[in-house]
Amino acid sequence: MRWFWFDRYTEFVSGSHAVAVKNVSLAEAHLHDHFVGYPIMPNSLVTEGIAQAGGILVSEHYGFSELVVLGKVSKAVYHGRVLPGEQLTYRVQATALRPDGAGVTATAHVGDRLHGEAELFFARLGEDSPVANGSRLFRPTDLRHWLQLVGVFEVGVKADGSPLRQGDYPLSEND
Amino acid sequence: MPSNEEVFAKVQEALVDALGVDEEDVTPEATLQGDLDAESIDFLDIVFRLEKAFDIKIERGELFPQDILENTDYVQDGKVNAEGIAKLKERMPFANLDEFEKSPVVTNLSQQLTVQDMCNFVEHKIAQK
Repeated sequence: MRWFWFDRYTEFVSGSHAVAVKNVSLAEAHLHDHFVGYPIMPNSLVTEGIAQAGGILVSEHYGFSELVVLGKVSKAVYHGRVLPGEQLTYRVQATALRPDGAGVTATAHVGDRLHGEAELFFARLGEDSPVANGSRLFRPTDLRHWLQLVGVFEVGVKADGSPLRQGDYPLSEND
Repeated sequence: MPSNEEVFAKVQEALVDALGVDEEDVTPEATLQGDLDAESIDFLDIVFRLEKAFDIKIERGELFPQDILENTDYVQDGKVNAEGIAKLKERMPFANLDEFEKSPVVTNLSQQLTVQDMCNFVEHKIAQK
């Protein structure tokens, strides 16, 4: 199983906001234990999906060239249950983009039903940090693969509406 | 210019939301790291909230001059030297550094930052607007 907690973007506007969907399926192994006989989507994993959708939005703002990590979940409030067969829609909005980090607010809906609200902070680690930590968290090709899977370069646009182009980012192994 | 009480009320609200602490714990004397358990990432959160609440812009290193504390001209053996203290006072006119001066160990600075220091910082920023 790969740690991908949303399926694809349906909207992605650089430095502003993005919309992503997550289809909840009974084929997902974790639902069989959460809970036995009563499968519901864990809200911790909804938070993770929101963090991934927001993290890529923030990371794109920094040109996918530096490590951006989830620093803090300031708020995560959930109002109900999400069952297999339902589709979650995550809307993430960048509220502040600073040199040292970024804030994101998010909602999760099932159709028109508000399921959850969250507020996250991402820290931007400097270029030296992979060296200081001894290894990189991501290889550029892995990141590129993930971005392709979730459709960043299919739906992504810059603030002026022009499309995001993969070639504009340092995403090849040689970079 | 908001009154001291108004500034304190908004700073208090920002800290309650950012740190998940109770309102009554956010007293002017409370230290951010010691009493309110703020971690480094929380400072980013707090800065965002203060910017929004007071419509001010806080640059990196303004509230907490990390660059001075990492500069070997100003820090020797983990302690800030006299030149460094002078520099800190210049950059942090809002903070009361008397206590820090007695034992200027680098790690003490963030631990001694109080809620009142934050209020002074905000007032200092508003005055600059």
